[in-house]
Parts: sequence; C-alpha cells; structure tokens
Amino acid sequence: MLNFYITSFYNLSLRGKSPMINGRSMRVFFGNVLLGIFVFFSVLGCSSQRTEAKPTINVWHWMTDRDAAFQDLAKKYENLTGVKVNFELYAPSEAYSQKIRAAAQGINLPDIFGLLGEKLDFSSFIKAGHILDITPYMEADNNKWKDSFFPKALAVNEFAPGNSYGIKPGIFGVPIDIMTIQMVYNKKLFTQLGLDPNQPPKTLREFLNLGAKIKASGMQGLVSGWGEVWMIECLANDYAFNIMGKDKVLDTIKGEVPYTDADWVKVFNIFKQMNDSGILAQGIISMINKSAEQLFANEKAVFAFNGSWCVNVYKGMNPGLEYAAMLPPQASSEHPMVIWGGAGSSFMVNARSRNKEEAVKFLTWLTDEDQQAYLAQATNNLPANKRSLSKIPEILAQFARGMDFATHPNVWGVSEYSLVTEAFNLGIQSIIIGEKTPEAVAAEVQKVKDRELARKKAQ
Amino acid sequence: MRLKETLENYVFVVPAVAIFSVFYIIPFIWVFQLGLFDWDGISFARNFVGLANFKEILLQDRNWWQSMWNASYITLIALTFQNILAFMLAWACDREIRMKNFYRVIFFIPPVLSEIVVGMVWRFIINDIEGANIINRLLAACGFPNLMHHWLSDPKTILTTVALVHCWKGFGWGFLIFLAGLQTIPHQLYEAARIDGANAWHSFKKITIPLMVPIIVLVAILTVLGSMQAFVLIFGLVGGEFAGHTSVPVLRILASMRGSSPRFGYACAQGITLGVVLVIISFIQYRFSKKGH
Repeated sequence: MLNFYITSFYNLSLRGKSPMINGRSMRVFFGNVLLGIFVFFSVLGCSSQRTEAKPTINVWHWMTDRDAAFQDLAKKYENLTGVKVNFELYAPSEAYSQKIRAAAQGINLPDIFGLLGEKLDFSSFIKAGHILDITPYMEADNNKWKDSFFPKALAVNEFAPGNSYGIKPGIFGVPIDIMTIQMVYNKKLFTQLGLDPNQPPKTLREFLNLGAKIKASGMQGLVSGWGEVWMIECLANDYAFNIMGKDKVLDTIKGEVPYTDADWVKVFNIFKQMNDSGILAQGIISMINKSAEQLFANEKAVFAFNGSWCVNVYKGMNPGLEYAAMLPPQASSEHPMVIWGGAGSSFMVNARSRNKEEAVKFLTWLTDEDQQAYLAQATNNLPANKRSLSKIPEILAQFARGMDFATHPNVWGVSEYSLVTEAFNLGIQSIIIGEKTPEAVAAEVQKVKDRELARKKAQ
Repeated sequence: MRLKETLENYVFVVPAVAIFSVFYIIPFIWVFQLGLFDWDGISFARNFVGLANFKEILLQDRNWWQSMWNASYITLIALTFQNILAFMLAWACDREIRMKNFYRVIFFIPPVLSEIVVGMVWRFIINDIEGANIINRLLAACGFPNLMHHWLSDPKTILTTVALVHCWKGFGWGFLIFLAGLQTIPHQLYEAARIDGANAWHSFKKITIPLMVPIIVLVAILTVLGSMQAFVLIFGLVGGEFAGHTSVPVLRILASMRGSSPRFGYACAQGITLGVVLVIISFIQYRFSKKGH
C-alpha cells in the first residue's frame, strides 16, 4: 500500500516538474489516494472492532465526593482487564433520582446504577424487571463474595423469604460502602463549656441540660439538615426504638398500634423538650444539611446529627476540626438505643443489560478488599467489605462501631406510607416551632394513617 | 389542481403539527390519562381508579389546598408589590433620566440569575446563624433594632420573606415588558395633553394607564403563572416546606412522586388540577381586562 502511494506520488511529482502533468494523472493519483483511505479506514475499523470486543460498562451514580476515586478505579480496572468502565455522575441526588426513574420508564437504564429511595421503591424496580438477582454470584464458591460484606450492609439489598413486598427472596444490590447516622460533638467547644471532651452526654436529660449552658455561651446546640425532613424521621425513629422497642414500631407501621399511643406521644414530646431546652440551633427546621455541616465544621455548633459521610465533608471544610461520634443520648433504659445504618450506597445491575456478566465481575472487583480500602481512604466513607476495616482512621472507626446498633427502614420488611411519613415529619417541624402539641401531631398522623389504610383496603 | 394545492399546504403545516402533537398534545393527554390511575411510576401494573385522585385532591387533601393558599399569597404580593414597583421603575426609565441604560441593565440582572442561586444568596443575606445576617444588621444600623427578627425561622414571617425574594427575582421581567409597552405610546399624546393644561398626574392617569392596560394584563397573567408555579427559589431559600408554611403546589407534586410509596398518578392529577386553576385565573383576568378596556 505504501509502495502504491510512493509510486503515485513519485509519478505525479516527476510529472509535476515537467509540463506533462495532465488531468488523467491527477485522476489516477486521487483515485489511488481515495482507494488508500478506504482501505486504511477499513483496516482501522476492523482492528478497532477487535479491541471493542471487550464491552464498555456504563455506571450512573450521584456520589460527587466519590467520583474522582471511581474514575481512578475505572482506569485501574481497564488496565487490568481491558474492560472500559464509564462512570457518569448526575447530581444532586434529587435530580439523579428523577433521571433513574425516567430511564426506568424508558427502559434505558445503564449496565450498573445506584438507587436512591426506600425499599418499596427498590421492590418496584425489581418487579418491573430492571434489577438482576445477584444471589447466585454472591453465593458462589461457598458464599465467598457474600461473606466479605458486613451482614447489615447486605441486608439493605436483600429480600427475605415471605417479605411483604412480594419479591422472590434474594440479594439485588451490591453495597459499596456503609454508613451510620449518629451524633457528633465538638471536643474543643466541650472544653470551652467546661465539659469533659471525652464524656459526651449519655442520657437525654444530660443532653437537654446542656441547652441553657450552650445558649448562654452564644453557641448553637444541635445542628442538622431538618429542612430536608428525612433526618427528622431518622432521629425520631431512633427514639421510637429506644422508647418502645422494634416490635412496637413495626406494629405501628403495620397499622396495629396507633400513633396516638402514649409511647409515640413520648417520641413527639422529645422534640418539644429539645426545643424548650434550647439545645436545638435557631432555624433548624429550615436548615439544609450542607448549612448544618458548615456550622459544625466552622465550630459554631456543639452537636450535629449527621451521617458518617460527614467525615469527608468536615475534613474538606475544616481539616483541624476536633470532634468525636456518639450515639444519640438515651431517652429510656427499657430498650437499647438504635441508629440508622447499613449500606450507604449500593449498585444494582441492570437485568436487561447485555453486559450484565461483565458488570457483576466489575462489582466483585470493586468490592474486593484492596479497592474498598482505597475507596475508604480516598473518600472517608466506611468500607462495605469488613476485611478493609483495619486500614481506616479513628473517627471512621467510631462511626463503624455504630454498626452494632444499626438498623434501617429498608431491613424492616414493612414500609410506612409516604403521606404518613410526611405528616409525621411536618408534624415534628410544627412541634419544634411551637405551633402544635405532641398530642395534636400524633392525632393528625394517625388520621392520615387511617385514611391511607382505608384507601389501601378499598383497592 | 386545488387538491394539489391543499396537499402542498398540508405538507408545510405537518412538521409543526407533528412536533406540537408529540411534545405538547400527546404528553398532556398522557398526563391526564395517568391521573386516572393509581401508579407508582415504575411498575408495569397500573390500577385504574377513575376520578378518585381528583376527588381526593378536591375533598381530602388539606396539604394541597394549604399549598395553593401559600402560592396565592405569593402571587398576590407579586401582583401588587412586584408589578407596581416594576411599573414605576419602567415609567421612570422611560423618561429622560440620567443613567437610564445603567438602571435598565441593573433591573434586568435578577431575572437572568438562576433561581436556586438567588435562593441560596438571599438565604445567606437574611439568615442570622448560617448567613451574614445583613438585613438585621442594616435594621440595627438604621436605628431599628426592635425590628430585628429571625425572618426565615419564624412561621409568621417566612412566607412573606419568600414572597418578597420572589418579587426581587421576578420584577425585572415586568419592568422590561412595561418599558417596552411605555415606549410604544406616542409622545405627541403627552405634548397635546400638556398644551391642553394636563399635569403629569393627569397624563399618567388619562394616557399612560389606559394605553397600558393590555400590557398590564399580560404582565399580570405571566406573574400569576410564574408565581403559582414557583418552587426552586423556595427550595434554595428555606430547604423545603417548613412545616407546611412554605409548601407550594409544585412541591406537593414532587412530594407525591417520591418517598416510600410514590404516587405518580396522583401527582399527575395534581398537575392537571393546578393547570386547570391557572387556566381559569388567566381566562378571568383576560375577560376582566377586555371588559375594562
């Protein structure tokens, strides 16, 4: 081919020097060039097709803080296996949720995707055939993959036999990291207040008693993103478990115990007590979590109620921040204090993907000990692989120890109606601003619950 | 021959009709259709419930009507405060004042900013703990320390604060449309009125206002449509519904679409209800203006 070009060019050059150059030789030359280009691109096309034999795996996620680490791992995986992994970030999470939902409706989900939402939402995706059952892969080689995870992290993605969602038992998601949502306190501000920085309050009474002291010193007490109401629900559930125990909470969701029950009124009353004591930061119910994180990182607030992801956020905002994690102070000694925790974020494999086998292989690699340790170090998130725990910093270990007390609505097997949850959260907001009493909110929530139960029955 | 001409005409119209149908008519019909179902937005199974969603909205959903009330309050403030301000500033800029082009640019900056950015910036300006607390500091500096207030955490003031920020964001559009309208009024009319002995107020009342009625109606309709559908700004400013005090219809629609048991069908029915209310209001405004004119 090269010879062909050289000959043509040589002929043309020679003729170009002479007056003999004519249209025919030009046509021959350009004809040769075009033929050459055609053959060249044909060969190129064939060769590139050979390299494209390895599929490209597309992954959609919303985790802005983990994107750089994911991209690094994708490159590493490509170097190892030749399989290109294309991580696509869509943020904020609200927009991501809508995108995933729209993609599901249009049946064009990527090979791997994360799912934000609750168990019922998760089950809808499974019922619609969007999510692959990965149990066989998890259980291969004597549960090798399955056993590498924290059981509670896996439970979030698992559907047990006889679950109320009507899903065939199995594991439908791979946890990438774990999280716990608990309290943190500023050790430096504790010292300034004359408190022992290694002795955070253990009971609700001790906690509430700090309110006046904090207020008098001009600091803010507890900050949290209670404008995004789900964090209110989270703390309220912690106290519900502490006051009445798991069974009664689940019976309430099933509709067997009313929200007007004395124990639930006690739960609502905790928020009134918090407000009355002055422990809550001013404007907490219009506070978004990012603002709450800024206040805590800037040492304006003594306590924060936040998830383990905050370690990374605080590190970015104030690397010198001295703080420690603590469980929410107990309101009752009858039942243990429980916090929300489990899989922080998980990836699901698209059941309709042509690359599902490759996708599973990639997730197996991604959740392996080394990759998990790298993710934990790079992003300050707790690894889902329990074997990676030995390599994480102390503050992360404190959050990880919270896994012993962790539960999550996604593992309860029953889900509360959205409208009831909404009435519950907005009701607590009303209590905090002093608009409604705990009893009135309990009655309102129960009214919505009755309406939803009746609606469900009518179907 | 005539048939050929007719067909030729249709050929020109078909692309526009097709695009309009695909992107407007069909989605509208689908939304209405989905409003008749109980559907979570994901499952293939949809449960037909007839008009039950609409019945629930009209008779049972107190949160929805609370949100409609809140949006109406924001709209009312926008219709009055925002539009009067926009009209006055447009009127001032239409006259021969110094630096009028500078003012035109300045007044048009807020509408071109992103709503979420405006919400966050005003949150920072107003908020006393997380922000710079500028409003309260100004009040104190001007000798009104007794007026200092937690504007964004008091249920009594939060909606008005939201409405005022919404006005700040939106008045530039009204200003621009009013200014364009004012510039179409022939100056000879004012000169003739002046020769007949009319003062500025008389000219304003007898010439400017009557000739501006169609523009005022247009701005009023746009204000109603924009204010009733506001929600991004509220998200940025107060983070959500603040115990229902800043709840607006679009936030309610979003709330129906998410959570542990999303109700897409119900959200569609809410969207249709909001649309119908807006069409009725716009129609009334239009009829009212025609009558007045």
